[in-house]
Amino acid sequence: MTRIEQSFARLTDKGEKALVGFVTAGDPDMETSLSIVSAMCENGMDILELGVPFSDPTADGPVIQRSSARALKAGMNLGRVLEMTRQIRQSSDVPIVLFSYYNPIMAYGIDAFYKDSVAAGADGVLVVDLPPEESDELTGAWAGGDFSLIRLVAPTTPEDRMQMIAGGASGFLYMVSMTGVTGSGGLDFTQIGEYVDKLKNSADVPVCVGFGISTPADVAAVSGIADGVVIGSAFERTIEENEGSADLPAIIGKQTAAYKEATRG
Amino acid sequence: MSHTGSSQNVQENTDFTRYPDERGHFGIYGGRYVAETLMPALLELNEAYRTHVRNPGFQKELYGMLKDFAGRPTALYFAERLTRKTGGGAIYLKREDLVHTGAHKINNTLGQALLARHMGKTKVIAETGAGQHGVATATAAAFFGMECKIFMGTEDIRRQAPNVNRMELLGAEVVPVESGTGTLKDAMNEAMRYWVSAVRDTFYVIGSVAGPHPYPAMVRDFQKVIGEETRDQAVNEIGRLPDHLVACVGGGSNAMGLFYPFINDPAIAMTGAEAAGTGIESGKHAATLGAGSLGVLHGSKSYLLQDQYGQISEAHSISAGLDYPGVGPEHSMFKDLGRVNYVSITDDQAMAAFYELCRTEGIIPALESAHALAAAIDIAANAPPDRVIVVNLSGRGDKDLGIVAEYASGSEDG
Repeated sequence: MTRIEQSFARLTDKGEKALVGFVTAGDPDMETSLSIVSAMCENGMDILELGVPFSDPTADGPVIQRSSARALKAGMNLGRVLEMTRQIRQSSDVPIVLFSYYNPIMAYGIDAFYKDSVAAGADGVLVVDLPPEESDELTGAWAGGDFSLIRLVAPTTPEDRMQMIAGGASGFLYMVSMTGVTGSGGLDFTQIGEYVDKLKNSADVPVCVGFGISTPADVAAVSGIADGVVIGSAFERTIEENEGSADLPAIIGKQTAAYKEATRG
Repeated sequence: MSHTGSSQNVQENTDFTRYPDERGHFGIYGGRYVAETLMPALLELNEAYRTHVRNPGFQKELYGMLKDFAGRPTALYFAERLTRKTGGGAIYLKREDLVHTGAHKINNTLGQALLARHMGKTKVIAETGAGQHGVATATAAAFFGMECKIFMGTEDIRRQAPNVNRMELLGAEVVPVESGTGTLKDAMNEAMRYWVSAVRDTFYVIGSVAGPHPYPAMVRDFQKVIGEETRDQAVNEIGRLPDHLVACVGGGSNAMGLFYPFINDPAIAMTGAEAAGTGIESGKHAATLGAGSLGVLHGSKSYLLQDQYGQISEAHSISAGLDYPGVGPEHSMFKDLGRVNYVSITDDQAMAAFYELCRTEGIIPALESAHALAAAIDIAANAPPDRVIVVNLSGRGDKDLGIVAEYASGSEDG
């Protein structure tokens, strides 16, 4: 059983939903970023999505775009993200999913990326601009194993395509809650519920919902309909607002605990 | 002028028109590298492109607009005084500067806006660098009565103020983009980001042979009218096909438009002129094919300007329209196969060619086109008098007069 599968199995036993936390690796710098992740783990985060900063994050909103810019300015690159992964793994069993655009992975080299990610203790990757039609090049280098390629499904995805994507999914499915970039507002929980139901009919893996979720009340609502909730921009907003404060990891820790509480139904 | 990397290893029987394949690949380039939210829209667009654009009724409607509204065909003009002054081969100009809105961009925007109308979309968005694509999109949107938003970097808004005024007069909303260096790449990021949110009722009019499939093929097909006319005009007016075609390459749409109808004629040489800015070695340039490497940006795989970690580098050119770190995927394939020779032209070389055309022919070219002219003058100077060289004069230079004035006063920082 993979670390991701173990995580969901444990949560099911406890009657909880998964809290998936996204932060950009190295924002605002590697040391602070490690303390932030540590605080998230200590306060109940179930799965970590570790963002690989990219200069042109077209699928993300301005908050995550700025977080990427801060991390790049602090000297982050994919190699250092993997180094950070290795350091997190020394003190935590939390499943780590790398969240990246395709270009940094191509520049690193696909074979080397796969090998080094596994060696660092990462559990999977989500490549935001790599639809299934183009992913053979990436998956061709993988000999199977425990490293998951997390797939995205959007509200614009028609049902037959949804089935195609769900059929090839591993780890969990990331269901985008709205047509928009990360950090946009305005959620329709009824509609999200309908999408999740449809998706769960085709999928053998858990379904997590993300984009635009920012308050514990949002988390509670999504926990009622999906297997997990992804929070990204809301954490990054906190990092941005408290940059330079010694309390930043503690503030993120508190925020994580509030979200986690909301996943307990 | 530095020659970059053409190996001239084309096989005689290569059929260049069989690309892209059904998933939009030009060899290893092209494809669709976008967020899942956009995939259904691209699949829908591809279907519409295949059904509507190939339809004779659509083509008739489009060619009617190109003739009566855009002012096609444009002249193929023998630049006699420039030829005499240069010495060597005969320089002809394909006068896209004479078309409505002053640049080749209108060919594509009328095509895409017509397609948008056939698809039932009521809103269009576009990105723009120099502003010519923005003006052409705003024009097409006004023609069809569509709502229009144009994303433009704040630096380009500063550099291309007259075009901002034109877009607003035409009823478009110009959305300033402050991220990055406030140029074309950033405008394209923002347009894609907006499109993700508005994909259900909004058509994204991409201005070059770049972006995810089907844009590179579709924009090429809307621009190939340039080369088709050139073929007919060369045969009728010169009595034979040209020997050498020259065009500037930022994203590469005007070059593709001129080249494509000749692409399977192996005897016809082709040169694409990229912007070398203040020199490739200075690092301030936009020579993607000359100095770039394989990567993925804005939805397709192509040559890119990037660092060793896959972060996109800022491009630089005196011409806002060439200031882009990517290039159309089909050009990347042509480079690898040696079908087109790509060269790089510095800001200074382009400015010299700009002044030369103004003074010898009474034509003020766009700074983009001045890069092609600089390459063509060099080619002509080394060619025999019976060699026919056609340069795509892709646009007129009115929009660039502010930059020219800055350059002349020495305040342009390069």
